[in-house]
Amino acid sequence: MKNSGHKFASPAARLPKCPTGIRGLDEITGGGLPRGRPTLVCGGAGCGKTLLAAEFLVRGAVQFGEPGVFMSFEETEAELKSNVALLGFNLAGLVRRKKLLLDHVYIERSEIQETGEYDLDGLFVRLNHAIDSIGAKRVVLDTLEALFAGLPNEAILRAELRRLFRWLKTKGVTAFISAESGREHLTRYGLEEYVSDCVIVLDHRMNEQIATRHLRVVKYRGSPHGTNEYPFLIGEDGIRVLPITSLGLNHTASSERISTGIPRLDAMLGGQGFFRGSSILLTGTPGTGKTSTAAFFAQAAARRGERALYFAFEESPSQIMRNMHSIGLRLEPWVTRGSLRFHSARPTLYGLEMHLATMYKEIETFQPAVVVLDPMTSLLVAGSESETKAMVTRLIDFLKSRQITSLFTSLTHVGNPLQQSEIAISSLMDSWMLLQDIEGNGERNRVLYVLKARGMAHSNQSREFLISRRGIDLVDAYVGPGGVLTGAARAAQSARDKAEALANQQEASRRKRELERKRGALERQIAALRAEYDAEEEELQRLKDQAATRTRLLTAERTELATLRHADPETAGGMRGKH
Amino acid sequence: MKTRTVRRRESGSSGRSAKLWQLRLYVAGETPKSLTAFGNLKKICEKHLKARYRIEVIDLLEKPHLSKGDQILAIPTLVRRLPPPVRKIIGDLSDTESVLVGLDLRAAE
Repeated sequence: MKNSGHKFASPAARLPKCPTGIRGLDEITGGGLPRGRPTLVCGGAGCGKTLLAAEFLVRGAVQFGEPGVFMSFEETEAELKSNVALLGFNLAGLVRRKKLLLDHVYIERSEIQETGEYDLDGLFVRLNHAIDSIGAKRVVLDTLEALFAGLPNEAILRAELRRLFRWLKTKGVTAFISAESGREHLTRYGLEEYVSDCVIVLDHRMNEQIATRHLRVVKYRGSPHGTNEYPFLIGEDGIRVLPITSLGLNHTASSERISTGIPRLDAMLGGQGFFRGSSILLTGTPGTGKTSTAAFFAQAAARRGERALYFAFEESPSQIMRNMHSIGLRLEPWVTRGSLRFHSARPTLYGLEMHLATMYKEIETFQPAVVVLDPMTSLLVAGSESETKAMVTRLIDFLKSRQITSLFTSLTHVGNPLQQSEIAISSLMDSWMLLQDIEGNGERNRVLYVLKARGMAHSNQSREFLISRRGIDLVDAYVGPGGVLTGAARAAQSARDKAEALANQQEASRRKRELERKRGALERQIAALRAEYDAEEEELQRLKDQAATRTRLLTAERTELATLRHADPETAGGMRGKH
Repeated sequence: MKTRTVRRRESGSSGRSAKLWQLRLYVAGETPKSLTAFGNLKKICEKHLKARYRIEVIDLLEKPHLSKGDQILAIPTLVRRLPPPVRKIIGDLSDTESVLVGLDLRAAE
């Protein structure tokens, strides 16, 4: 514990703490309230003192096996039960199992006549009896100040309260004492004078018509504590304090990549899509297809067998699903199967902190791998810019610590593509994609480009972003001498290109055919010549043979004649030369 | 006073009222304050409610569960259970005037 590096670690070991089990509060106090000592919780009307007290007891009884006594000076047992039932706490069941004891102390001043000296032993006896009967370790006194209204003698009361707190310490119970906040002091009757171990202030403030509750640990004797004011929420399952500073930048980065649901977009992102656990910002002017992209992204996660959680701040789930039909995306099956969940809420429904807490809760219960926030800019309505940034920072940290990939869409205004706030928020994002409208030739076309993508080689090209009945497609935009061409202009250009290519092709085949023909002609010519040559050769041979035959016959005749005449061979030959 | 002490003064003579005053005195152990309160109460009852009252002393140290019923915080507390309405008087009852006002006995005088 000492070498964990946690700043609350070593004092926590020194001072015994009593964990409240309330999310966030134990983090701020470094482990809970001081064990065996009284803690004062003060705040105005409606800031959640009683609920905090009730949750402290219920969680003590359920999670930590510490029975508790709830002594209420304002609400009756029945009222208490029904009030905290809203938070999902079943007090009646705990009371039956002797884990909890509710005691309503009722004082009516008009019924009481004061006649001399008295003390509050009755209260002591009663509290003691309650504690002993169930072996309580935790005690809530809510709110003790009702005594000031009920008992006339303040001097006696103060002396008795001092004695009460001392007695609680010797009793060894961890006490939770609530009090109304006062004007001059922390509490209306200065109870902080008696309870000095731990003082927590609750506050309910309005800021631009949106109320947010805050919690602050004013004092914690013997223990360091978070001193800031922390927003807290009362949700359906109890109180949640949101410590801003509790999360550090130490999440692990995954090198796993996940698809965007749009193949060409994956190709633009180094061919594999986003890193798991990264945060993605998708900004665009109205109607550029942010929600469609987000829906494809969510569906891709569902297809992979993961869970996707879609926070919609502008459209209802059924509206999104209906609209996605028009681009051939059916989300209902995934919703039915439980791999996709929508959470729709108007941004103005409650403050930013409440939004954040609701999201935390949804994420914790649904355990998604992918979260979509559409559109993030709507939240600016619910809080100021710095608050929104702080909230988004916390949300991103929270998501990253759980390796959840998040897609935030952001609406920009026409003609003002990069708002200041987006630049501020974009620094928190790992990837930033821009969707833009390009107007020209009497039409508007969508163009997408990846502005940044940390840790991956991504395309620097603008792609035309086509939404059709079959879904989303990214098409190479035509980049020519006249600039980037999209839509009809791009189509026209590519038609021209195609025609030209066709013409070229036809020309080539024509030339080829001509060549064939020429070759054929030449070959035929060669064949004719060869035939002529053969004929001549044959003739020549025939003549040669005839001459040879005649010579031989003459020679034979002459020889015969000479034989007949008995002439000299020379003379005979000379005479037969002419015939 | 260690155990519950019940004193009865059944009426028989007083014709003004047959109604019985039921009084409960809550104490926590035998403290000087509770002894003073009991003494004062007896004195007042003897004077104003002779034979028409009944005092029940409850020691919360012995019967702590009884503190809830009458919503007892202060000790000592005197509760007038009858006649109605219920009235509570806290303190050692040393201020007789206040006790009479508290018990609604002044009007009776």
